[in-house]
Amino acid sequence: MVRFDVLEHELVPEHYLVPKEEEEKILKELGVKKENLPRIKKSDAVLRVLERKYGHIPVGSLIKIVRKSPTAGRITVYRVVVRD
Amino acid sequence: MNLLWKDKIENVDKIRLNAPVYYAVDFEIKKEIELPTYGYITLKGSEANYRVKISEIRPYENMKGIIKKTTKKLKTLLKIEEIQDISAIPISEFKREDGTYLKRITKFSYGILEEQGEIKIKKFEEMSEEEKKLMEDIEKKYGIKLPYSIIQKLLDAKEEFSLKKSEFNKVVERAVEVYKKREVDPYEAVGIVAAQSIGEPGTQMTLRTFHYAGVAEMNVTLGLPRLIEIVDARSMPSTPVMQIHLKEGIREDEDKVKEVAKKIESTNIIDVGNVITNIADMSVVIVPDKKKMENRGIKKEDIVEGLSKLKLQKLTVEIEEDRIKIKLSEPSYKKLYQLTENVKSLTLRGIKGISRAIVRKSQDNREWVIYTQGSNLKDVLDIDEVDGARTRTNNIIEIADVLGIEAARNAIMEEAINTLQQQGLNVDIRHIMLVADIMTYNGTVEAIGRHGIAGEKESVLARAAFEITAKHLLTAGVLGEEDKLRGVAENIIVGQPVTLGTGAVTLIYKPKKR
Repeated sequence: MVRFDVLEHELVPEHYLVPKEEEEKILKELGVKKENLPRIKKSDAVLRVLERKYGHIPVGSLIKIVRKSPTAGRITVYRVVVRD
Repeated sequence: MNLLWKDKIENVDKIRLNAPVYYAVDFEIKKEIELPTYGYITLKGSEANYRVKISEIRPYENMKGIIKKTTKKLKTLLKIEEIQDISAIPISEFKREDGTYLKRITKFSYGILEEQGEIKIKKFEEMSEEEKKLMEDIEKKYGIKLPYSIIQKLLDAKEEFSLKKSEFNKVVERAVEVYKKREVDPYEAVGIVAAQSIGEPGTQMTLRTFHYAGVAEMNVTLGLPRLIEIVDARSMPSTPVMQIHLKEGIREDEDKVKEVAKKIESTNIIDVGNVITNIADMSVVIVPDKKKMENRGIKKEDIVEGLSKLKLQKLTVEIEEDRIKIKLSEPSYKKLYQLTENVKSLTLRGIKGISRAIVRKSQDNREWVIYTQGSNLKDVLDIDEVDGARTRTNNIIEIADVLGIEAARNAIMEEAINTLQQQGLNVDIRHIMLVADIMTYNGTVEAIGRHGIAGEKESVLARAAFEITAKHLLTAGVLGEEDKLRGVAENIIVGQPVTLGTGAVTLIYKPKKR
């Protein structure tokens, strides 16, 4: 039996790991520091799936989330990985 | 040289879960291929959907832990290092060795991908070039990034009314103008506006908690109590329910769906009969109800088998004609009482926590859906017949655990807006979005209110103004806390303008020198 991939669920938006090199550029564009970003826990169900794809994701990494928004259509937001 | 073959989605999933892994395929590879190489998998035959990295090719031999493409006629083993979802590449972009192009893949073929380019990991709806260009143009010209939906609408309008370039530019200009006007001003108190916008319609909501939907007696909390539940982030809603959708091929057939529902519904002994404690001969007697047993599809043997799961003492089970007698090896009144309780709550079948499962036709009349009382998302998703992607629960904390924080955010939004809409109230989704954003900011679902967000306020005065004034002031004094007077409450207390709207900026009049 194949375990259900949570990324396929309707409620879960697209998640991507931001490469280390791009982090600075994104933070500059947003005009915020990393600690001001919304957070995502290391133990989050989606991160466990992403780790299968990208390998180990350390605390402090940026996760790019592409949400479907009822008002803006598609919107990109970022969350920073934090310890539980 | 690349390998191309057709495969089923189940095999792709297997590879994905187990890679790196040996994969047995039903074709021979006769040509010399430089390793490592890439293989492309097509599902339909017309476009490549997955790319795998192959590090080894050798004749087939049966080994442990390999994945097999088919059950028979296996010829080659491929060692697959990794698999990637790629945005579909049409097969027609692959060349044969003689330079002609491939058309379709029926089973297996060699091919050379012409333009290697950048292979993208799959994305759902990539923005088109036109959309991207328009967005960039607007950003360059007006210094503003319009949302994707507006860009789409602009381009749709351009096509629909076949606008000329100059006309289109005018439309864009007007759109930017209107968009700028509607933007939230800096230091606008969005939180207060959201609170008011949800609070006011909330006064019109019914206070009645229960609602009986449909023929079967399923009750769901609605109205104000439900809204409070959502915002409070309770670990368990007062009426947890699930909506379980099933996979294609099963969902159209009522009988098959009912079978799955039976599998999901948890059945306790108490549901199929009576449990009696007989103190006279120190035994527990189960009197099964034939009708109830038939309804639930449970046989006497199932009960006996279920009893073997009890871990108390050595039990002797005697089956009589219409009853089952259980005796303890070392009986005492205490143990006997415990045994009765354990027997009552013994689950014979089904998923823990789901007390009822009802099959009903979906609203669009296309499929049969299972509605349940009680919720256990994790276990339900693991059932083979279930279409996981569309299965829902109203337990937001459970969603956060199983599907992650972003799914919880979406669930909060959906639940809140649905609750309001059922009562005929229209609240702008932006207010709800703000609430959902704040509740999920920390990576876990937090309640709005004194235990959650408001309890974390930094300012001593703000906390003291809210509740238990003396305690907050005293501890602040002992610890030597500082108040930076940044928030609203503390500024009102000390009697200066709050840092909102015009109060947030400082203007200094600098007279011109004469």
